[in-house]
Amino acid sequence: MDFGAINPTVLAASLMVASTPILLAAIGELVVEKSGVLNLGVEGMMITGAIVGFAIAVETGSPALGFLTAMAGGAALSLIFGVLTQVLMSNQVATGLALTLFGLGFSALIGQGYVGVKPPALAKPDLGLLADIPVLGRVLFSHDLIVYLSLALVVAVWAFLRFTRAGLILRAVGENHDAAHALGYKVVRIRLAAIAFGGACAGLGGAYLSLMRVPQWTEGMTAGAGWIALAIVVFASWRAGRVLLGAYLFGGVAVLQLNLQAAGVAVPVELLSASPYLVTIIVLVIISADRGRAALNAPASLGRVFHASS
Amino acid sequence: MIRLEKRPQPSRAWTVATPLLAVALTMVAGGLMFALLGKDPVVAIRTIFWDPLFHEQFASYSRPQLLVKAGPLILIAIGLSLGFRAGIWNIGAEGQYIMGALAGAGVALALYPLDAWFLFPLMVVAGALGGWAWAMIPAILKTRFRTNEILVSLLLVYVAEQVLASMALGLMKNPEGGGFPGSRNLQHYPAAANTELIAGTGMHWGVAAAFIAVIAVYVLLTRHILGFQIRLAGQSPRAARFAGVNPNALVVICLGLSGALAGLAGLFEVAGPGGRINIGFNQGYGFTAIIVAFLGRLHPVGILLAGLLMALTYIGGELAQFMLGIPSAAIQAFQGMLLFFLLGVDVLSNYHIRLGRRRAA
Repeated sequence: MDFGAINPTVLAASLMVASTPILLAAIGELVVEKSGVLNLGVEGMMITGAIVGFAIAVETGSPALGFLTAMAGGAALSLIFGVLTQVLMSNQVATGLALTLFGLGFSALIGQGYVGVKPPALAKPDLGLLADIPVLGRVLFSHDLIVYLSLALVVAVWAFLRFTRAGLILRAVGENHDAAHALGYKVVRIRLAAIAFGGACAGLGGAYLSLMRVPQWTEGMTAGAGWIALAIVVFASWRAGRVLLGAYLFGGVAVLQLNLQAAGVAVPVELLSASPYLVTIIVLVIISADRGRAALNAPASLGRVFHASS
Repeated sequence: MIRLEKRPQPSRAWTVATPLLAVALTMVAGGLMFALLGKDPVVAIRTIFWDPLFHEQFASYSRPQLLVKAGPLILIAIGLSLGFRAGIWNIGAEGQYIMGALAGAGVALALYPLDAWFLFPLMVVAGALGGWAWAMIPAILKTRFRTNEILVSLLLVYVAEQVLASMALGLMKNPEGGGFPGSRNLQHYPAAANTELIAGTGMHWGVAAAFIAVIAVYVLLTRHILGFQIRLAGQSPRAARFAGVNPNALVVICLGLSGALAGLAGLFEVAGPGGRINIGFNQGYGFTAIIVAFLGRLHPVGILLAGLLMALTYIGGELAQFMLGIPSAAIQAFQGMLLFFLLGVDVLSNYHIRLGRRRAA
């Protein structure tokens, strides 16, 4: 056993990278759930984004274009869910599952020719002096643009929900769609927009996984990341700031267990590999056991079918 | 302008017709997908849906496969349908399937080379208990702490896969396997093998169990108070509470039953067609069974038919891969598409489609 091989600075730096895909997917799903829609298809949209972004980046040589296509792909897939649940009023749980099952198959289909291919890397911005600060520079200022974009997105979503009129309307739709409808808000349109935003975020998160974090394509590579993103939204009690906390907590566990595996700790490898999922379950239990908090913050119309009677 | 008007009750005719419509639509969309892959869509659809049953060369091999694949799908889907009816979402059947297989195979491997009549029944009990115990985790967390059972049951699939890997590489590894991962082959262990009951049909104990489960659940839903409570809880949770239905008991019963049935499916698979515990032993039956349950309208007879159809797409998919070079992932996407269409056309059974704008009252 060699704990000396684990460098806390490197660990903290890779934590931010490991957390980014889940953070992106979770912040998107937060907006979707705030509008009163439960989309369980995050995993499917992530893996679709992962392969679409990967394929386009490889074909064009431009990772930026890959990320953009991944967002478009995730949003397009999410709109299938949107049309089914909002226009055809299907059950949200079942439709979300369908999205995940379809996404896993669809991505494996496209990804056939891309196994073992190395994608082009996204250039990292040079933050000059900031990156030269000892320890802190390595941890905070040595990353690629998407990491910073994900952090900016958290702040933007927080500000949008808290301070803007559009954010207020979105929350109203999520809390009571009948009342929002009576006030003249276009419930279905607002929800479709939220769903598309969530899909784009999940697609971007997936592409980050295949283009930056791993970086290569393997079938089923998201390995439950989308489900963990869903769990993080519950853990966060539907608050943007806590989504960040949850994603980084999860990223920390993921990175730590990988480092412990590499260091050859006397714990079964399988237990370490299962630890991110176990930690997620334990955290979910702790949050839901707190009777008042979790239930109070959930959008009141979450998962309910909206049918305008007039 | 198209308008939807809610039906007071789901239309019976459309409830039967929508799955057929969804299958037809999926064939069209799937044909389009195959055309995009550069294959002749008509040939592809015929290879998937017709040739496994009626092709003079392959049918004799693939017909028995129909029951082999449909058995676990029906067994799992029947269990899931109970919970889905009551609004209890167990989507971790894949994990319960793995744990059932591990528990059942574990009994056989621990007692190897005991040759006793009671070994196989013991394995069946262990398999059911394994799946049941794994499903009890989300059930207890749900009833005790109100933790979301969807997320917990799904996350436990990944944990179960790690347990499977650990067992295949460690405790259950074949000591005579020359260092390769994987357990002894249970099919070469007569007292533990789940053999074909009628030669050449693919009928094994798991298929028999699936048929029994179909009948039992049909009786439960139509004749037993528990079945009534399950249906009531799904249709109106509030009315169910007034009627004295204990929601926690329903969660424990529905998750427990579906877990036990998924565990049984895993046990019959590992003792029969699968043969050994190994990494990747689970082939996604637990997830496909979700599609089967919905395609069968959560009705036992429907699930029986849907399971057979889904098994057909598996076998036809293999055949299409072999004959036309259609990747197996295309079949997975095809199955996902089927669920999309099914959920989409469901609007016809729950709503009237009206044309024109309604005048103000």
